[in-house]
Formats: sequence, structure tokens, C-alpha cells
Amino acid sequence: MQRFLPLIIVVALFAIFLQMMTDGDRNPNEIKSVMVGKPVPTFTLPAVVDGEGELSDDFLKSGRPMLVNFFASWCVPCRAEHENLMKLANEHGITIVGIAYKDRHADALAFLDELGNPFRRTALDRDGRLAIDFGVTGVPETFVIDGNGMITYRHWGPIVGDGLEAKLLPAYEAAQ
Amino acid sequence: MIAELGHFALMIALAFALLGAVVPHIGIARGNARLVAVADNAAIGQFVMVFISYAALTYSFIISDFSVMAVASNSHTAKPLLYKISGVWGNHEGSLMLWVMMLTLFACAVSLRGKYLPARFRARVLAVQSALALGFLLFILLTSNPYLRLDPSPVEGNGLNPLLQDPGLAFHPPMLYLGYVGLSVAFSFAVAALLEGQVTPLWARWVRPWTLAAWVFLTGGLALGSWWAYYELGWGGWWFWDPVENAAFMPWLAATALLHSAIVVEKRDALKSWTILLAIVAFSFSLLGTFLVRSGVLTSVHAFAVDPARGIFILGFLAVVVGGSLTLYAWRAPKLTPGGVFGLVSRESALVLNNILLSTFAAVVLVGTLYPLFVEAFNAGQLSVGPPFFEYAAAVLMSPLIVALGFGPLLAWKRGRIGRAAQILLPALGVALVAAITIYWQSIGGAVMTAFGLGLATWLTVSVFLEIAERIQLFKKPEGALSRLRGLPRASWGMSFAHLGLAVILFGITISEAWTEEDLVVMAAGDTEEVGGYSFTFRGVAPVAGPNFTAVRGFFDVARGGKTLTTLMPEDRLYTDPVMNTTEASIYPLVRGDLYAVIGEAAGAGRWSVRLYFKPFISGLWIGSLMMMVGGLLSLSDRRLRIGAPKAKRAEG
Repeated sequence: MQRFLPLIIVVALFAIFLQMMTDGDRNPNEIKSVMVGKPVPTFTLPAVVDGEGELSDDFLKSGRPMLVNFFASWCVPCRAEHENLMKLANEHGITIVGIAYKDRHADALAFLDELGNPFRRTALDRDGRLAIDFGVTGVPETFVIDGNGMITYRHWGPIVGDGLEAKLLPAYEAAQ
Repeated sequence: MIAELGHFALMIALAFALLGAVVPHIGIARGNARLVAVADNAAIGQFVMVFISYAALTYSFIISDFSVMAVASNSHTAKPLLYKISGVWGNHEGSLMLWVMMLTLFACAVSLRGKYLPARFRARVLAVQSALALGFLLFILLTSNPYLRLDPSPVEGNGLNPLLQDPGLAFHPPMLYLGYVGLSVAFSFAVAALLEGQVTPLWARWVRPWTLAAWVFLTGGLALGSWWAYYELGWGGWWFWDPVENAAFMPWLAATALLHSAIVVEKRDALKSWTILLAIVAFSFSLLGTFLVRSGVLTSVHAFAVDPARGIFILGFLAVVVGGSLTLYAWRAPKLTPGGVFGLVSRESALVLNNILLSTFAAVVLVGTLYPLFVEAFNAGQLSVGPPFFEYAAAVLMSPLIVALGFGPLLAWKRGRIGRAAQILLPALGVALVAAITIYWQSIGGAVMTAFGLGLATWLTVSVFLEIAERIQLFKKPEGALSRLRGLPRASWGMSFAHLGLAVILFGITISEAWTEEDLVVMAAGDTEEVGGYSFTFRGVAPVAGPNFTAVRGFFDVARGGKTLTTLMPEDRLYTDPVMNTTEASIYPLVRGDLYAVIGEAAGAGRWSVRLYFKPFISGLWIGSLMMMVGGLLSLSDRRLRIGAPKAKRAEG
């Protein structure tokens, strides 16, 4: 028996490796969110787009599911996903709240002027406090919020490739 | 054209590897000496072909042929020549080429230097080497071809990661790979012995120099890597228990254990089955390291770009090599008849203890490295295992090892007397206790670990000298001791050097951990800061332009007692291709310790944030590693291994 021990350990180890690698969704650099299943944090922030007024967590508890997208004008992957955000807003009619992370008001506004504004409401998280409360590890990140203001899903990184159809939309449907 | 030549040579090497992996076994089964001899020719053929292929790739890098994809994505015309050459192995494809070149180089060396081995055994060894090369060549050709062309070819390349553009790191991978791959020889010897169904003391004598060579390279590779981290990353640290560092450390631990257990097989014909297992495990750890870096299952600063197809291929290859050899082991190990018996207190037992502690440590490092993966695999969340875990394990497992290390060399084979050894070592114990108590008493409160570490290091140092004194009977018969000292075999000098090296490393770790002084301040030109008794005066900054970077260079005059010692010139570099910031720490080594300065960001109004360190005796880490390497080389040059070998041939017939 003893002489089989090394072999048994190795077989078990390889089974785990194989499982990790064939899991197509897995990104070793991703840090899993601990906020899923928890209510959105309480906050009040100024808007990016003038005339919207201050945004608070009350808006996220309006009875309808919505998306909260953290973006920044200095973030290149945010540019890459922007087209998909526009599609979500215009074609799917989904409410998206945009939070400008560690951004200057003028820069964030210029970013939206240039690429279009997919957001129903916006907020400026100048010092990144709200991002900390949401457990954001980097921009962009998108959260699915259900009608009661609970976080049901966190999309890590830009919404590109099949991320929209395969992950985000099903998560949104589920939140309804 | 040159690239196609390289590609073609690689395919020929593959054909040689296939021949070399299969034909010798057929020859042995049929008793056909000519087929057996194919092993040697195939080994040499593989090396020549892989060398041509590697040279072709290097040439493409040197002339900056950007139509070759590997060159375009990793090189740049403005890069200094050294980094064009080291850029070959600074990426996934090229590093595999380097790996396979070393693999075939070692096989070639076994073929040329191993004429004393019985033809049949040598053929088995080389066939296993060829099978390994076959796997790697297939991997390169199927998933990681470095000769893929780009059409149209870009005008300029992407450049090499600036962190890798450093002399320390230029030589770290080849050194480490020589170590990793050198262990393949021990592996092949073990598999060949299992195939032949016998392990003799002679086998241990054959395998030991190869293991020793691999161990010397591994030690050097690890030391270079940690030196690079120390001065290039600019954090002042030298070891971070990063998964990939661990992956390189585990083969080193296994190789160290193997070196010691092979002595028992050689001298006493015991521990055979264990030694074979260690040889398999040591190389398996090397392969595991390769797998972890390239498969994307772990997060690490060392990881190459992730490609699932590559990961699956290596895992499959790993399964065949590790699984296959362990199956062979499970099947054949019972055939290895245990040899000499030994008492509980004996040199053998001391070496067994060494092996238990080293392999337990390797197992603990393995568990710590892979534990986050297991947790994730069973959906239990995410976590990482940090330095405290590994440091605790190192302290718990290595302390008894060092205590026992004093006794080991003084015990006789078969049955030793612990009382006699203790009597000889009494002065070492005394000195160590005095040292520890002094340290504890001097640094008021809480310095238990420091006192303990220094006590251990002192114990080891003194016991190494006492062992030499005992060997030359310095105290019993002082006359003639000098000539006996000169007559000591080099293997024994090698042992003493390596053990002393460990003591020096331990001094380095303990002293630098305990008494490093660090100051993080914002300074303007003319400001002076006191760190560790040295005054650092900031003289301002100047812009510098390198071949492919621009930098801000700070100037610090360092003085002690009013006497200026040196000017430290740390840089904050901005590389252009790719755009990346690196810090170049400026280090001035003194006997007492290193002066270390890093310049950070501008804080406005002519002020800069800087980090200043005094790191006492940190060079002990690298001096100690160097001593270990010298020890290994001394042992390699021992008469026993040079002249003993041909005798072995006659004995075998």
C-alpha cells in the first residue's frame, strides 16, 4: 500500500488541476466578490451629468433590477466595454447607473460626451470610497442589483466578448 | 530563412528523440548491441539539432527580425545586445527552447562523460532522457512554436518587460533551468534502475555527481533570483514565498535530501527505495514548477501569458512522466532488496533525519502553495497563504535540522555514540548559548527568535570547525595535524563549506531581519537623514537618458562620523517599449551591511519621497549561497568521483 501512496497523491492532485483548467470562466487574477447577496451600501454622491441631482442608494431600491457600472475616463478597458453598455441601455432597455471612479468631473463628462451616455443616473466617486464599499478591485466592474437593492451578481473586468450574452444578461434576467 | 532552418532543425531533433526513446529498449530486449548504441547517437544528434535551432532563434533576436512573432512580441531594436540575447528566454516559447536545449545538453553529457556506465544501463538512461525531450519538443512544435512568421512584419517590436532587463535576471533563468533540468538526469537514472530492477551502491556513485551539479545550479539560480528581487524590485525584500518561488524551492529541498540519501546508498547500500523515490520526486517538482508558471492555475508575478491548450498539454505530459514513473516505482520498488542495517544512533540515522525534515518541509511548502487552489476547487472561497505560514514552518522544521547537522558528521556509520559526539560538540553548545544569551540580554525584551537564530547559526559554525578539528585530530595529536588537514579529501571540504554556507545564510537572515533600519521620508536637496548610524544627505536629482529609457537619478552622499563613504545613485526609470516604470535601487555593500536607497515620486516643490535602508549583514545570504555552491563544486572535484569511476567500470565488467 505504502508504495502506491505517492501515485495516489499525484492522481488526486492532477484531477484538481484538470478541473481548474477546464473551468473556462476561471481567471486566476480575479478576486471573488464578497458583496454578492448583500444589500448595496448606503451613500449619497454628486452627479457627473449636471442637472441629475445627487444620487443615493434609495435610487437602487426602486423595485426594478438594474446595473451599477464603475468606470473611469482614464481606464482603457472601460472604453472597450462602452459600446456594450450603450447596447444594454438602448436595445435591452436596461437601467444602468454609472459611477465614475477616482475621476475628475470634467474628464468623466468629456468621456460620456465623446462615447455617448448609457447611464440613467450618474455619480462621481472622487475618492473611491463607494468603490471600497462595493468591494471593487479595479475598473471596470459591473454589479447586478435586484429590485430590493440586493447585489446578486458581480461582473469582473470589461463586458466584452461573450461576457454580455453568456454572463451578464442571464444574471440580469435572474434578478427580475 | 534562418528561422525556417531553426524550425526544421527542431523537427529533426524530434525525430532523433523518437528514435532515442524507443530503439534502445528494443535493442536491450533483443540483445542487439547496435540498436542499443542508437541511444548515444540519438542523444548527440538531438543536442546538435536543438543547438542549431536555438542559435537560429538567437540570431533572429540579435538582428531584430520582427517577421518572427516571438521576436516581434518580445524584442526591440533599441534594446542593448545583452537583453536581445537574454530576451530569447524571457518569454514562454524561448524559455522552453532553453529548457529543451539544456535537457539535450545533459543527455549529451551523460553519453560522452558516461562511458564508464555499462552500455545497457546508459542506453536505458538516455532513452528516458530522449522520452523527456520528445515530450518537450512536441510541446514546442504543437503549441508554442517560436518560429511562427508575421506577414506583414511590424517595423518595431514590443520590447521586453523592463523588469527583466537586468543582468541579474539575464542569468537567473539559465542557471535555474540548468538546475531543474539537471535533476532530469537523476530522474532518468532512477527510472533506468527501476527498469533494470536493481539499485547498487555503484548506482548511487554514478548518480551523485549529476545530482550535485544540478544542486549547485539550483542553488545559484535561487540566489540570483533572490538577489534580483532584492535590488530590482526596490522593496528591500529578498524572498516572498510567491507560488513560483516556492515551485523553485521545492526541487531544491528535494535535491538536497537526495544528495544526502544517495550517500547512504553509496556507503551502506541502504535507503534504496527511498532514494529512488526522491530522485523521481525532485524532478517532478521541477516539472510542477514549469506547469504552474505556464498553465495559469495560479496567480504569480512570474506567470507567463496563459493559454489553456498549453496548460492541458503540460498537464498531460506531467501525468505521463510523473504518473508513469510512480507507477513503475510502485511496481518495482518491492524488488529493491534492503541493504545494510544500522543502529538508531548512526550516521545513517542522522541522514534519515535530515531527509525526513527536508522532505517534510518540501511537503509543507507544497501544501501551502496549492492550498488556495484546493479551497477554490471545493468552492470554499478564496484565500492566499502568506509568509507567516512558511516562516513558521521553516523555523519549526529547520531548527532541529541545524541542531542535528552538528552531530551528523561526527557519528560513525552503522552504530555511533551520541555521547562521544556530544563531548566533542560541547564547546559549540557553550559558544552558541553564550551568543544567544548575550543577544537576548543586550536587546531588551522580546528578541527570542533573534537570539535563537543566532544561537543556531553559531552552533553550526563552531560545530563545522570542531568536526574538521576532530577529523585531523587537532587536539589529540597536534603534531602532523596540518599535513592531515592538507590530506583531507575534497568531498569532506565540500561538506564543510556547504554546511558553513548554511550557517552564513542563517546569520544573514537573522541579523538583517532583526536589525534592518528603514526610513521612508520626503526629502529636499540638502536634507540629511540618519539611518542605522549613517547619515544620508540628499544632493538633488538629475535626468538621465538610457538606450531605451529615461530616468530620474537621485544623489545621496552617505557619511559616518563625518567621513563620506560613498554616493548612492538610485534611479526611477521610465522605459518606452513597453511603457513601464521600474525602480533601480542603489546599494553599497559594507562589511557590516548594505546601504540601500530608492527614489520614489516627486512630492512637489523640489521634494522627493525616498526610502533609505541600512540592512546589516544581508550579503550573508549571497555569500552563504556562494559557499554552498563552492562546497558542491569541491565535492564534485573529489578524486573519488574522478578516479573512482573507471574502477567501477572494471568492477562491473
